[in-house]
Formats: sequence, structure tokens, C-alpha cells
Amino acid sequence: MVTFLDVGIGGLITGGIYALIAVGLSLQYGVGRVLNVAHGEFIMIGAFAAWSLYTLFGISPLLSLLICSPVLFLVGFLVHKTLFRYLRKRSKSIEAFADSSLLASFGLLFIVQNIALIIWKADLRGYSYWDSSVTVLNAVFSVNRLFALLFAVVMSAAFYIFLTSSRAGKGIRAAAEDPVTAQAMGVNIHRVLAVCFGLGTLMAGFAGILISMMYEIQPAMGLEYTIIAIIVVALGGMGSITGSLIGGFVLGLIGSIVTYVDPGLSLIAYYVIFILLLLVRPKGILGK
Amino acid sequence: MARDLTTAKKFLPLGIHLFLFLLMAAVPLWAQPYFVILLNTILMYVILTLSWAIFSGPTRYISLASAAFFGIGVYTMAILGQRFPLPLVIGFGGAFSFILALFMGFLTLRLKGMYFIIFTFGTSELIRHLILWLEANFTGTVGRWVVMVDYSVVYYVLLVIFLLALLTAFAIARSKFGLALKGIGEYEEAALHIGINVTTLKTITFATSAFFMGAAGAIMATRWSYIDPAIAFNPLFSFMPVLMAIFGGIGNPYGPVLGAALFALLEEVLTTRFPYYYMLLFGMILIAVILFLPSGLLGLVKRKSKQPE
Amino acid sequence: MQLLLGKGITKQFGGLTALYNIDFHINEGEIVGLIGPNGAGKTTLFNILSGAYPLSAGTTWFKGENISRLKPNEICRRGIARTFQLIKLFGNMTVYENVLLASLFGASESVSAEEAGRHALEWLDFVGISAAAAAPAADLTLANQKRLEVARGLATRPELMLLDELMAGLNPAEVAEAMKLVTRIRDRGITIFMIEHVMKAIMDISDRIIVLHFGTKIAEGTPKEIAAHPKVIEVYLGV
Repeated sequence: MVTFLDVGIGGLITGGIYALIAVGLSLQYGVGRVLNVAHGEFIMIGAFAAWSLYTLFGISPLLSLLICSPVLFLVGFLVHKTLFRYLRKRSKSIEAFADSSLLASFGLLFIVQNIALIIWKADLRGYSYWDSSVTVLNAVFSVNRLFALLFAVVMSAAFYIFLTSSRAGKGIRAAAEDPVTAQAMGVNIHRVLAVCFGLGTLMAGFAGILISMMYEIQPAMGLEYTIIAIIVVALGGMGSITGSLIGGFVLGLIGSIVTYVDPGLSLIAYYVIFILLLLVRPKGILGK
Repeated sequence: MARDLTTAKKFLPLGIHLFLFLLMAAVPLWAQPYFVILLNTILMYVILTLSWAIFSGPTRYISLASAAFFGIGVYTMAILGQRFPLPLVIGFGGAFSFILALFMGFLTLRLKGMYFIIFTFGTSELIRHLILWLEANFTGTVGRWVVMVDYSVVYYVLLVIFLLALLTAFAIARSKFGLALKGIGEYEEAALHIGINVTTLKTITFATSAFFMGAAGAIMATRWSYIDPAIAFNPLFSFMPVLMAIFGGIGNPYGPVLGAALFALLEEVLTTRFPYYYMLLFGMILIAVILFLPSGLLGLVKRKSKQPE
Repeated sequence: MQLLLGKGITKQFGGLTALYNIDFHINEGEIVGLIGPNGAGKTTLFNILSGAYPLSAGTTWFKGENISRLKPNEICRRGIARTFQLIKLFGNMTVYENVLLASLFGASESVSAEEAGRHALEWLDFVGISAAAAAPAADLTLANQKRLEVARGLATRPELMLLDELMAGLNPAEVAEAMKLVTRIRDRGITIFMIEHVMKAIMDISDRIIVLHFGTKIAEGTPKEIAAHPKVIEVYLGV
């Protein structure tokens, strides 16, 4: 019998993942103004990295989270420093940059997905880690899912604190609100943008590793997550990172409820919410 | 004598076009079936890209709804193809897409820039999942069989749609509405303040471009003979026209045509020669084009012709 | 004859009241100035008149017709044209095309292509930038861009022209030219309502002046009356 708790905690688990990927995308879009449609591909890379490390070397996903972080961050950082920085310099206006960066990220999508296909082939992969069950108040969950929820919550909280309290975090928020003034006040805008992009891929990687612990993965899995990230960012408010955090959990809960009613409807529900939002309140829950 | 020359000059472009058209019309008579079928795919992409550029080119509203309009056409043929004559179904396919576009245009009155892009993409995907769910839960089947049509007939239909789309594109571009669309793309608020009915113009142009996509979808369905929502509403049909148009250049209707033709040919070559690498190559070419050819191929031609002697 | 009438115009943005209960009118043939410190709500009023913003309360009337709910393109066709504080030109289109577009779409009756073309050239000549007709609008100097915006507005055959800080950013010689242009526009029978910060210009040229401060009208009268008005002096000199 499926209880309220099943649906609720299940929703939070999914929501945690959504929050992570949405924050990642929000950093890239809100600050860097790049709508990175290749975001999901980095999630996929994270997932496959964890899978490979576990099945080939027996390295636990927890360790992968640690090992892969600098790599994931660096990849995003470098991609921004080279590709998007150049496009930004070259574009005559913000709209032109938004268009060309969108297209460039499509290019990235194709490249990354194809590389994954070459390395790992198209089959479904999976592994078992911490899949013993635990009973919490009459509801049954596997440990890996609970861990994912814990990690997502901790990471979200840590990130929120980072943004509001630390100097670097404030620099990021300043850059998001008003890049010109931020630059005038001494914020190294180009480094901030590259750092944010790197943090975005880092979040994507984390989400991917967590996903690999709970589900089966395949190289084409990315796009669906990118779309979900976009929906959450719109829901929470474009440019509001807190909004993405909250929006992620909210959407996860909604998804869990809808899946309980009819699994085939969950994506439809997401899209309907998305479209309604865009029409009624494009700024989202917390947007400016 | 001089008068003959100027008359000749005026009719030369028309003459060349007529010649090319006749050349294309004659293809099925002598060419291999494989070649005609290849041309069908190329014509499909050309129509999609050209139609996309009719609206998105001058107004700079990047629409990712092409898959929705194309897919509606596909499903129109799948559902009505058995019961009505071919030309009528193709017309319906175009008409239903036209209506959907009017509806979408009405909804997106206030959306600009990124919001418009993701709204069109979201609607396209919503339709895909909705039809999948409806088919699975109410019709019982996910896919459908489509009436078979000879590949040369498909070719001629596509050629006619292409011709109509091209004529429409030129007619709009050369009219005051074409100029108004450019004005909307340059500065929509200013266009509104000089008397242009921006909402109506945008919506009708958007719907016109959707019509051709729907018609193309209807006839292409007969080529695949089996379709399902994943095939009909494949997001690639939304992404490709954008890439192809940028590749070819958006200045005038020839840019998208050229871009689509070359890109479609490129895709055919890459998928047959390098089936495992074609996405990779695609992505690299795309990034190269964005970095080095921001105005597309047309931009390259313009640059070369402007160079001093 | 009363051309433009505003009754109780109020505009709120969320919690902020930008305009409160503004009553005013403009008569045919006048040049009326609109002044006030920064943030007084002047451009907001223009945005309401041109249809860019909806009213929160109150009504606006043009030639006896209620235009409160009309869209900018409808208002333009009825005979009100405007320029913008931050220039909004079609930068990549030629100077000629900028005005041509207004000629084609801005009038209340439809115009043939040739007629529109001729009119466009006339207006380019009137403001004095015919020489630059084939250049992209973005390439013009600021003064010429402002002239282009005026020509574009005039090409819509308005009866009332709203000029938003026409003289901002111009040097003294250019300001004098602009003033001459405004008089020539009025001589053509077009009524003018202009926002301006360059005091000398607006005092010299206006028949009447309306003063806004924090969204309310604090004074109205001839330039002489306004110059001597105690509240206006207080607001501008902070005494």
C-alpha cells in the first residue's frame, strides 16, 4: 500500500536531484546568460563516470563524488573560458550572445553525447550500491535513495549559505544582478562567470553520480534532465538560485503525486505547469 | 539593341529559376530511386528551414515549435490518409498546423527572447507526450500505419510545397510586411509605436510558416509508412531548421535553402559513412560555424563580393 | 480646440505610485512643456499617453475619443506620435527604411508604396538628414539619430507629437537647431507636448508649461508664471 509518506519522501528524493540540476543551470543562465542545453549531458557524464569507476575499479560512488568534483568543475570552467567567453566578446548585443551561446551549447550536446556513445555504447547500464532497504515510519526506502536525499539537502543548504554569507558568493550574486556595476566595484566578472559555469557542471556531475546510484543510465538520458532543469528554473524564477532550490523540491513532489495517479502523465504534468507558468507568471515563484 | 539587353537582364533571374525548376521536375524521369529519395529528404529539410526563416528570420524570435507543426501534418496523414484524397489531406495537415500556430501565437503575445524559445519547445514536447498518452490509453496502439505513396509522387508534392513556400517567402520579404517584420526584429516597441499591428503580423506570419511545415509533414508521413509520436514530433525537427538557417545565413530566402540543402546532404553523407561519429562531427561543424561564420554561408558570399578589386 | 485630455491619470507599479491624479489638457496648435526633477513621472506619463503602459486609474481622451485602453499602434494611427528618451531606432536598417516603415503603417488611411516612399524622402529633407538616407541608422551621430526619430514620428502623419527629451546630450549649437526644428513642426500645424530638462530651451519655446514632482502636478501656466512660481522654485532649488 502506497502511503502519503512514500509519495512525500519519494517526491523529496526526486526533488533533491531536481534542485541540484536546477541550481546548476540557474548559475549558468542567471549569471552567465547561457542557456546551456548541454547541461543534461554533463549529468550523464557524471553518471557514467561513477558507473565506470565502480564497475572497473570498485570505487564507491561516495568517493566518486569527491574525486570527480574538481574534474567536473574544471571542465565547465574551461569550456566557459574558451568557448563562451569568446562568443561573449564577439557578440554585438546580449540577445546575439544568448542566441549564439544557445546554439553553441547544442553543438556541445551533440559532441558530448556522441563521445559517451563511443565510449560506453547505447545499452542501459546500472550497478547496485547501498540498495538494502530501510523502514522509516512504515515506508520502505533503499539506503542509496535516502543518501541521495541527504546529500542533495546538505549540498543545497551549503550552497545557500555560500551564496549569502561568503564573499565569493556575494560576488556571484552581485554579478547576477548587475554585471556592470559589479565589475565597477572590483568583481572580476569574467572569472565569476567561468566559476559559475564550472559550479554548474559540478552540480550536474553530482546529480549524475547520485542518479547512477538509484537508476539505470544510458547516453541519451541527458536531454530529459535538461528540460526538467529548465522547467524548475522557470518555476522558481529565472535568476533566483533560491527559487531553483525550492522549485526543484516542489516539482519533485508534484511529480511524485502525479506518478502515483498515472506514471505516463508525469512529464505531461511538468510541461503543463511549465507552459501555464510562462503564460501567467513568467517570473516564477521568486523571480525578479 | 540596348533595350534588348535590359529586357534580357530583367528576365534573366526569372529564366534561371524557371530552368532550375524544370530541371528539378525532370529528375524522377531519369534518376535512380535512391537519388530521388535522397532529394525527398533534402526537400523536406529545405521546406522546414525556409518556412522557419519566414517568421524567425526577420523577427529574431527563435521558434522551436517546428516539430509540433511538422508532427501535426504527419498525424493528419496517418489518421485521415485512408479516407480522403491525397491533396486534401496535405491541405488539412497544413491547415491544422496553421490553426495550432494561431493559437500559440495568441498565447505568447507577451513572451520575448528566451521565454519564447522555451515556450515553443515546451509546447512541442507537450504535444508529443500528450499524443503518446492519448494513443496509449485510448486508441490502444502507439504507432500507426500510413497509406503508401510512390516516391516520385512524394517528390513532386514536396517540390510544389517548396515552390509555394519560396514564392511566399519572397512575396513577404519584398512587401511592406517584410520590412515591418524586420522592424519588429530590430526594435519591437518602436515598430508598435509607428502604427504596425505587431501582434497580428507576428501571429499570421508564424501561422503561415507553420502551414508549409504541416503540409510537408503530411506528405513525408507516407514515406515512412509507420509512424509514432517519437518519429513524428522528433525534437530534431525543431533544432535542425535553426541550425541549417544559421548555417546558410538569414539575409534572404536563399540562405536557408542553401543551408538546408548542404546540411541535409552533409547529414546523409555523415550518417552513411560515419554512423558512429556523425553527431560528433555535426556538433563540431556547428560550433565552427557559430565561431567563424556568424552570418552563415551567405555572409561569406557577401564578404567576398565586397572585397576591393 | 482641445486635442488631448487627461483626467485623474494614476499609475502604480506594484507598491510604487509613479503618477497620481494628473489632470491636464493640450489645445490644438500649442507647444506645451513638461518639466520636473528626475523621477517625477514625465516619461511614465508619455508611456501612458502613447499606450505603452495601461492606466491604473483615470482616463485619457484624444479629439473627444477615449483612448485609455488602446494599444500603441492604434494610438499612433489616430494621430499621436512620439520620440523616446533613449533612442529606439531600427539600427541595422537604413535611415530611409526607418522613415519609410512609419510612412507605410502610421497613417490612418492606407498609402501606396510610391506615395510612402515620396513622403519618407520629404520628411528626411524636412529634418535635414537626406544626405544620410542610405546609411544604417546606427551609424548616425546622436543629433542626427534624434532627427531621424523625429522624422519617423512625423511620417506617421500625427496631429500631436510627444517629444521626450529631444535636446538631451546635444551641444548648445545643436540645441538651437533642435529648437528651430520644433518651431517648424508647429508651423506645419502639429501640436507639440515636450519633456525637457534644458530649461532655457523649454522656457523660450513653450506656450504653456506643466510641472510634475513625485508623480503629481504641482504647477501649470505660462513660462513667466512658472519661473516665478514659489513651489517650482522650491522643488528645483531645494530651498
